[in-house]
Amino acid sequence: MATPVRVTMTVNGEQRTSEVEPRLLLVHYLRDHLGLTGTHVGCDTSNCGACTVHLNGDAVKSCTVLAAQADGAEVKTIEGLASNGTLHPVQEGFWEHHGLQCGYCTPGMIMAGADLLAKNPDPSEEEVREALAGNLCRCTGYHNIVKAVMSAAKAEVRA
Amino acid sequence: MTAVEPAPGAEKWVGQALRRKEDPRMITGRGRYVDDQVVPGMLYMAVVRSPEAHAKITSIDTSAAAGLPGVHGVFTAADLDLASPLPMAWVPPGVEIKTPEHWPLAKDEVKYVGQGVAVVVGEDKYAVVDAAEQVIVDYDPLPVVVDPEKALEDGANLVHPEFGTNQVHEWTIGGGDMDAAWAESEVIVERRIVNHRTAGAPIEPRVCIADYRGDQLTLHLTSQNPHLIRLFMAGELEMSEDRIRVIAPDVGGGFGVKISHFPEELLAAWISRKVGRAVKWTETRTEHMSSTIHGRDQIDYVKVGAKRDGTIVGLDCTAICDFGAYFTLLTPFIPSFTGFVISGCYKIPNLNFTARGVFTNKMATDATRGAGRPEATHLIEMMIEQLAHELGMDSLEVRRKNFIPKEDFPAEVAIGIVYDSGDYHGSLDKLLTHVDLDAFRREQEELRAKGVYRGIGFSTWMEICGLAPSRAVGPAGVGLQAGFYESSTVRVHASGSATVYSGTAPHGQGLDTAFAQIVADQLGITPDMVDVMHGDTGTGPFGLGTYGSRSLAVGGESIARSTGKLVDKAKQIAAHNLEAAPEDIELVDGKFSVKGSPDKGLTLAEVAGAAYVTMDMPDGMEPGLEASTFYDPENFVFPFGAHACITEVDVETGKVDIVRYVAVDDCGPAINPKLIDGQIHGGITHGVGQALYERIHYDDDGQLVTGTFVDYALPSAADVPSYETDRTETPSPVNSLGVKGVGEAGTIAATPAIVNSVIDALRPLGVDFLNMPLSPQHVWSQIELAQGRGAPGDPGKQGGSWGEHGSGSAGSGPTSPSEGGAL
Repeated sequence: MATPVRVTMTVNGEQRTSEVEPRLLLVHYLRDHLGLTGTHVGCDTSNCGACTVHLNGDAVKSCTVLAAQADGAEVKTIEGLASNGTLHPVQEGFWEHHGLQCGYCTPGMIMAGADLLAKNPDPSEEEVREALAGNLCRCTGYHNIVKAVMSAAKAEVRA
Repeated sequence: MTAVEPAPGAEKWVGQALRRKEDPRMITGRGRYVDDQVVPGMLYMAVVRSPEAHAKITSIDTSAAAGLPGVHGVFTAADLDLASPLPMAWVPPGVEIKTPEHWPLAKDEVKYVGQGVAVVVGEDKYAVVDAAEQVIVDYDPLPVVVDPEKALEDGANLVHPEFGTNQVHEWTIGGGDMDAAWAESEVIVERRIVNHRTAGAPIEPRVCIADYRGDQLTLHLTSQNPHLIRLFMAGELEMSEDRIRVIAPDVGGGFGVKISHFPEELLAAWISRKVGRAVKWTETRTEHMSSTIHGRDQIDYVKVGAKRDGTIVGLDCTAICDFGAYFTLLTPFIPSFTGFVISGCYKIPNLNFTARGVFTNKMATDATRGAGRPEATHLIEMMIEQLAHELGMDSLEVRRKNFIPKEDFPAEVAIGIVYDSGDYHGSLDKLLTHVDLDAFRREQEELRAKGVYRGIGFSTWMEICGLAPSRAVGPAGVGLQAGFYESSTVRVHASGSATVYSGTAPHGQGLDTAFAQIVADQLGITPDMVDVMHGDTGTGPFGLGTYGSRSLAVGGESIARSTGKLVDKAKQIAAHNLEAAPEDIELVDGKFSVKGSPDKGLTLAEVAGAAYVTMDMPDGMEPGLEASTFYDPENFVFPFGAHACITEVDVETGKVDIVRYVAVDDCGPAINPKLIDGQIHGGITHGVGQALYERIHYDDDGQLVTGTFVDYALPSAADVPSYETDRTETPSPVNSLGVKGVGEAGTIAATPAIVNSVIDALRPLGVDFLNMPLSPQHVWSQIELAQGRGAPGDPGKQGGSWGEHGSGSAGSGPTSPSEGGAL
């Protein structure tokens, strides 16, 4: 085994430091080392987006980032998206509009949707669909996911 | 967070589009899937898999792997001492099925790419993959057979030489007289319709944790039917069932692929017992594509005969069914489902369906969403539009002319199955309130003049689901070696809330919410007060699981019956307290009260309190408030609907875009319309995937070339439109809720609507038949061919003819699943 590397990052507002294998993927660091199992793995090839988290404010696929590359970064996962017990509007939208069925793609889908709205608060349906094209869902057919993100956009724009 | 709120003024929970009880944990990352779980001391397992499609194993050297630090064991078939191989559960009376023994690791020979050859367990999940790479296997390649039609030819290479043939079985269902049908027909249309191989591809792969300790085995498993898995494992491991507990917690989608019993959970359990540590295995996506069951893969030779006025006289289909090398739980049974619905929505007096199963050097096929019924709808609805074109009639007119009329239900079709209820004219009429066909035809003409090619296609579909009933599906019926009832226990607690234990194993359907709505209405409480438990053999009665659109029609009815028993008991307790007769007690506004005196009565909590504290109980009544039911219905249920798809084809590139998709479906009275719409949206998209994008492809050497999501294209949000959905509600007489299934409906309906619409778009260019998947390359090639232009090489085709069909009497050119690429 290669010499472990020391990584320090802020995850959901909390500073975490660990010694990890250089090849350790960020998603496995989050799941196996920090116990943040809301971030899922679905494909191993960066196609499905179930592992999407925010890295320094951008949505990334954490199966394609090494934990070592996230050294010094701010990471936000699905567990850190609601604040003080209040759901993020995208989470509310998913619940209200039945944007999930089995729930497995959902954390990644919500993180991708939240990233879109942070950058484009009032997207068109086409923009939502394009923004979510890197996240696969086998259950919902995307109809209600798109509705959920659109409704969250409206809620945020109104607020 | 409150899970549900009542709609203002609503009297019942059933029928309301409640948001789901399941969601709060899932939208906050607090779901509990198998891979999220950790058992102290757990080891990780990696599987060494065959890179060869067919080869003799000449040696396996495990020494290098076994010597690596942290490795606790390397095992091959020679180490295993299992009592029995993996099961296949179909023994049809009077039909011979050649069934190869299916062991969890290859013995002597490998017969498909991805077959397990050895397993490694160790401390670290990365290191165990490294160790698996150090297992050295020598192979001596053997001849490979990939094309199922060539596999049936004399002299073909044999997958299992001991059988002397690659043909697995021949199974037929029919009715009437086919010779008379052809004699009576004025028009006959024949086509070769390819329903290619696809993957179920839930986003959560298969995962297990086997934890054997103190003579007890706990298996955490991504399963659609944990109770059956326990039964099988008890036999294989020679353990009594009471010492095995199988738990399917949150399961990240199934689509059929998590019904079967797979090698890995058996290996993990066997190794856990052997090494005394828990063992976890997490499938990679590539393993999913190579070593989890595939779906479809039928080549259907279809012949339809009709009168000039459009009356269909007969339909015959012979299906060549590629089963791969070994069977999983239901492999050879799946095409029979195509036979059960070969009549579609139509009154066809003469019918025949024959399935011929074939061994090839591929992964097994088995149930994926729809299982045999998408194949049936596809071939029937394609043939309806092909026939209509041949007759010069409107395809909707042909459909209406042949629909089983509403007044005929319950309707027995020529193969002897009785459809429970239906209104096929009604669903098509409702569809046409959303789709102005005349306006579309005008627009289509105008756009064509500008070089824009749009088409419309229809699918008026029906299906058979709600598996159950045992007498039809079980050993005495078509021969599945199980009963197909569903179980439930409903327990009202002393404080007046309830827990429901269901034998179903939902994995995304929202049944916690739907079941709670049913029970809440019956007991006069809110859905928030009803907890639904499932997927754990350690709690609740033996159940059959979730697949075949059965959970509501069979499992939900079972729960309604258990709850009904509790209501009867509650009425007796209330009557005793109120000094009235039980038959005079009714449940009004959450109180069991005497008819006409709603103010004075007992709430469920008061009734339950009496039942558990044993105060004021009728003489001789047992304490407690709990009931169980094993419900075995009298018949299947038969959902139906009408779908329309409008596509636009870029004739320069062959790219197909879905412009509109409108679906009218009927699954009986809605328990929760939100859940129904969700199932329909997802089901349609699964069909879009097969029609346009997805295809499992093996090359001529049996190498899997679609082994990741890079090569196997699931539709994304950017590939599909928002859907327009509507419903009709025709109750089923089979169960008290009147409900039918909906989980597979969209997938069963969708593919012919899409393909018919593309054909409609391209008819002016001479394209009048297409097989799936409609990749740009394939569509463009067919346009080129129809236009009489030369055929530049199509990398997806190896030696096949360009011609896909001919109009009129014969479908000519071959397009097998190994041709006509989605690549």
